[in-house]
Amino acid sequence: MSETARANILARLRAAPRQMVPDRPDWTPPTYGEGRLARFRAMLEAVHGEIHEVTTEDWAERISVLLADRGATRVMVPPGMTLPDGLVAVPYDQPVEELKAVLVQGVEAGITWAKAAIADTGTLVLWPDADEPRLLSLLPPIHVVLLRLGSLVDNLAQVMAEQTWAAGMPTNALLISGPSKTADIEQTLAYGVHGPKELIVLVLTDA
Amino acid sequence: MGDFTSRAPAALNDPTLRANFRRAMDGLMSKRAAQFADKDAWESLRAQGAAAKARVVARLPELLEQLEANLTQNGIVVHWAETTAQANAIVLDILQKAGAKTVIKGKSMVSEEMELNHHLEAHGIRAVESDLGEYIIQLAGEAPSHIVMPCIHKNKAEIASLFEKNIAGLGYTEDVDALTAAARAALRGQFASADAGISGVNFAVAETGTLVLVENEGNGRLSTTLPPLHIAVMGIEKLAEKLDDLPALLSLLPRSATGQAITTYVNMISRPRQPGEKDGPKAVHVVLLDSGRSRVYADAQLQDTLRCIRCGACMNHCPVYSRVGGHTYKFVYPGPIGKILTPQLEGLDCAGDQPHASTLCNACVEVCPVKIPIADILVRLRAESVNSTGSGAVKGAGSMRKRLESLVWKGWAAMYGVPMLYRLGSWGLTRLGNWLPDSLPMLKRWTSVRTRPRFAAKTLHELARDKGYDHE
Repeated sequence: MSETARANILARLRAAPRQMVPDRPDWTPPTYGEGRLARFRAMLEAVHGEIHEVTTEDWAERISVLLADRGATRVMVPPGMTLPDGLVAVPYDQPVEELKAVLVQGVEAGITWAKAAIADTGTLVLWPDADEPRLLSLLPPIHVVLLRLGSLVDNLAQVMAEQTWAAGMPTNALLISGPSKTADIEQTLAYGVHGPKELIVLVLTDA
Repeated sequence: MGDFTSRAPAALNDPTLRANFRRAMDGLMSKRAAQFADKDAWESLRAQGAAAKARVVARLPELLEQLEANLTQNGIVVHWAETTAQANAIVLDILQKAGAKTVIKGKSMVSEEMELNHHLEAHGIRAVESDLGEYIIQLAGEAPSHIVMPCIHKNKAEIASLFEKNIAGLGYTEDVDALTAAARAALRGQFASADAGISGVNFAVAETGTLVLVENEGNGRLSTTLPPLHIAVMGIEKLAEKLDDLPALLSLLPRSATGQAITTYVNMISRPRQPGEKDGPKAVHVVLLDSGRSRVYADAQLQDTLRCIRCGACMNHCPVYSRVGGHTYKFVYPGPIGKILTPQLEGLDCAGDQPHASTLCNACVEVCPVKIPIADILVRLRAESVNSTGSGAVKGAGSMRKRLESLVWKGWAAMYGVPMLYRLGSWGLTRLGNWLPDSLPMLKRWTSVRTRPRFAAKTLHELARDKGYDHE
């Protein structure tokens, strides 16, 4: 069935009159220079994200303070990541089928690294992989993201070009801008509808 | 049922519906305007978006083949469907072979076009909508009234009653956070136990074989990540040529739709779960649906309809849509884009009234992020609907032709072609026109809701002569 459908559809499309293929007009996406981090912060905060500047020395301590404030103790982490006393690190070290119950109900926060971030829209770029699976940034009610300041760029076009995305896309690439939200009921914003209710970004200013 | 005109009064006379739409449309228009306050930046971004989609239309068959090749190489299974019935059969077959009994769905207008939920339920498979708006209308047993915000026609009180009735343990509350939390709790279990996830696609990138989905809630990510099987359904036009096209398109879509700089999530899927990866579906399928689109493509003017990225800005700014709401259109795609798309997909014989439900005010054209000439296409479809000797590009052409109307236009043409007839006609109308009864068949629809203009006592030529202008 699908083969015949394919042939019929393509035949109809090929028989149609063709328009000229237009050129891509010049377009320069916005850049921010020295104001890059300020722009990133403003855009992220505008969509209910929280942002803190930390260092490679003190980020773990900051996480433990931030999570203690929220009464969160059980934290899903990439295998090998250790957390200060007081937090229970639950490694995402098995396939989701084994961990479903823990992921859906059993942890209060999840920690991932960002591959990059985009100042223009206050966006985090994640390429989930075997160590930091896709659901780690989605199921726990609080998502904590570690971002190296050096990986903050101006716009999406820049990150795609610098990291040569077209040469090979990962299984899943994500752009995340704020916590999960909806405005489906009378255009009133509500957070945490299916994904995290809170998004906390720690910017490692010395990395 | 009936036509648009007969359905409209019920909506126009419903004060709750009117208020719900007015509030929503005003909010959406002002949020969008704030995003595009810099007119130069808007025009240059829009030129980029329009060119990206025009390139897709210009090279559609080649890009579809490239997309198919890259998806297949990435391990995603590609299916083609000429009709919605074929697409339903393909989805059902995939689910049955996987032994799936329950499906969790992300928002997809193509699946609405297919009436996929009904089809699956008729075959014993339960499909649960997970987008909050879609979940609400599924509970209410209704269809979406807007392509981006499906339950925009409902207010808090209506949703509170609906949840009270359908979610065990939840009393009546109008608190939006409480309603949202109740839906989250009700759907978490569904996500965890679903055998498959079904989603739409916003952009399928031919260059890399990547499915791009935008959303705010996270339900789209859950539907495409947690269940072991993911099926994406998409129209054959929803392509982007290259990743390089995404920055402009991903900027235009949410800003035009909801006035957001970007959606909370942009989810780019290129493969099923790979060895060593711990989550994600083990199998990913894509169903490419034609359902009339290749016919739209067959006409050089009409094929611009296929640029649409489904942002909904045209309906948010439409003076007709904002007063009658989405359900009055009866079909899946309402508003200006619906008025040009539906008659082409379904035929003018069953949706020929749609292009006429417009004031041609051009607001939709001004806000369209990919520059679809909606007004020109509306006029073209109006002509096709009454012209039986038309181009044959649209199914059901000529089905709206009325003998009396065509007679009147023939008389009009004759009057303007022959000076003596013109003088006779205008003389007659100035002397007798005001005596014509309001109830005349051609006049009634106009005079029943409007004050009739009065004819002057003399023709323009007579008035000119009285003033001393002798020559014509």
